[in-house]
Amino acid sequence: MIRRVATLLIAFALAMTLPRAAAAEEVVMGLSQSSVSITTNFAGSDILIFGAIKRETAIPEEELDVIVTVAGPSAPVTVRRKDRMLGIWVNTEAVQIDSAPSFYAVAATGKLGEVLSQTEDLRHRISIPLAIRSVGAPDAVGDAQRFTEALIRIHSAKGLYEQLDDSVDLQEQTLFRSSIRLPANLTEGAYRTRIFLARGGEVVAKYETIIDVRKVGLERLLYTMAHRQPVLYGLMALALAIAAGWGASAFFRVVLRQG
Amino acid sequence: MQMYLPIAEVSVNAYLLLGLGGIVGLLSGMFGVGGGFLMTPLLFFIGIPPAVAVATGTTQIVASSVSAFLAHLRRKTVDMKMGGVLLGGGMVGAGLGVLVFNYLKALGQVDLMVTLFYVVFLGTIGSLMFIESLTAIRRARRTGGPVAPVKRRHRNWVHILPIKVRFRTSGLYISIIPPVIIGIGVGILTAIMGVGGGFIMVPAMIYLLGMPTKVVIGTSLFQIIFVTAFTMMLHAVTNQTVDVILGVLLLLGGVIGAQIGARIGVKLKAEQLRILLALLVLAVCGKLALDLLLMPSELYSIGDAGGGA
Repeated sequence: MIRRVATLLIAFALAMTLPRAAAAEEVVMGLSQSSVSITTNFAGSDILIFGAIKRETAIPEEELDVIVTVAGPSAPVTVRRKDRMLGIWVNTEAVQIDSAPSFYAVAATGKLGEVLSQTEDLRHRISIPLAIRSVGAPDAVGDAQRFTEALIRIHSAKGLYEQLDDSVDLQEQTLFRSSIRLPANLTEGAYRTRIFLARGGEVVAKYETIIDVRKVGLERLLYTMAHRQPVLYGLMALALAIAAGWGASAFFRVVLRQG
Repeated sequence: MQMYLPIAEVSVNAYLLLGLGGIVGLLSGMFGVGGGFLMTPLLFFIGIPPAVAVATGTTQIVASSVSAFLAHLRRKTVDMKMGGVLLGGGMVGAGLGVLVFNYLKALGQVDLMVTLFYVVFLGTIGSLMFIESLTAIRRARRTGGPVAPVKRRHRNWVHILPIKVRFRTSGLYISIIPPVIIGIGVGILTAIMGVGGGFIMVPAMIYLLGMPTKVVIGTSLFQIIFVTAFTMMLHAVTNQTVDVILGVLLLLGGVIGAQIGARIGVKLKAEQLRILLALLVLAVCGKLALDLLLMPSELYSIGDAGGGA
């Protein structure tokens, strides 16, 4: 299914690019897995993103660069800052960030800042700070930029935001591969995966697909139940708690013959 | 062994959770406190989102309380009547507490308020208990014999209120108003702080109501079970933040710990028990106070936009 969609996409991209420059290059991509299942013992997953560059003409002189990005579902977040008030540290200022991905990794053949021009980065929103969208910071907060930096810092520390320089392996200007580590604390959703081909800082081709991250089995069951039948779920949790308490009490009495 | 928690959406080590549950359960059984005042901050520390930690901590409190309560019931150290009165107040308080909690969440100050609550309550109660137990132990040393049973308080305000009821197990004849008020207060704390409230109720019963220490623990557990179960249902229905997998791991360790704790508890003298509890309460209080006073290493924190500015 995924493969068929991919083929269609390629055909579509082909149709779009053909009338343009004759030197067009396209990405043909593969994934080690097109979906990630979160099971009870899920401890993160490595995804191998690989592919080839298809071209009708000879390889251009200029060096080719490949950039791979993987982005988790985005949501608005609030970043708060603590300040000292009356001797204790309290949350004072807050900045609403309109949209921040729950996970973002960007890998490139070289240093991201060197393989991609500022303009192209702005256009395609490739680097981490640009993947986060922050439009209106309250006027009272003078240094809204620092809140975005804090968001990146905190998420990077948890392995949720990663800039992986020199981590795409490109051979013969044609075959590329990169491995991206998805950490254990993933959220569910469609993970948008993009591949950019760049020459001299300009993006010459791009390709996009989706990695589906889903909870399965027990995880799925409990999550759905908690949201669809909260009363039943609550009662189940309660029953488990009481049964465990009673069970341990009874067990200890029998085993130790006391109490 | 890593385990992915479906509601918390984080992956944690299962043995760590079992151990955490065990330690908290042990203390719970020894002192008749639910252990929530330790469990909730510990869960924050290992990276469970606060809302999930508060809600799920309750399952563990219910389980270890049931376990310890049954042990007390067999020794007939539970005042059911007093428990019922406290419980009535507790239900009202829990409902109020959830309202307050949601209001604070909207202000973005929930963390601060919860911490301040902890520092103030733990600090006051811990110090009072510590001083009182120390005096009791000194007195016992001086007389050389066993401590004279704590004599009933003088006729303070508790004894002049109307609607008097006889609590046979506790050997008390007092108005039901103070226990109802204590119940309401504890109910509010349960919802806001994600604790059973035993650490407030146990001293309140000893010092305000003048109940015998022996009966206090079982009775406190009785009330905790119901109020926490009620709070857990509220959280499950309104916020969907109860994580069953996290809960099961914590309570497996917790119930075993509680059984062992209850057995250690009966071997210790009442004032030794109280002084240990007082030290524990003060230690947690000191840790939290330091967090407020010292400059945090990370000044920024991330919240979901739901509780936005």
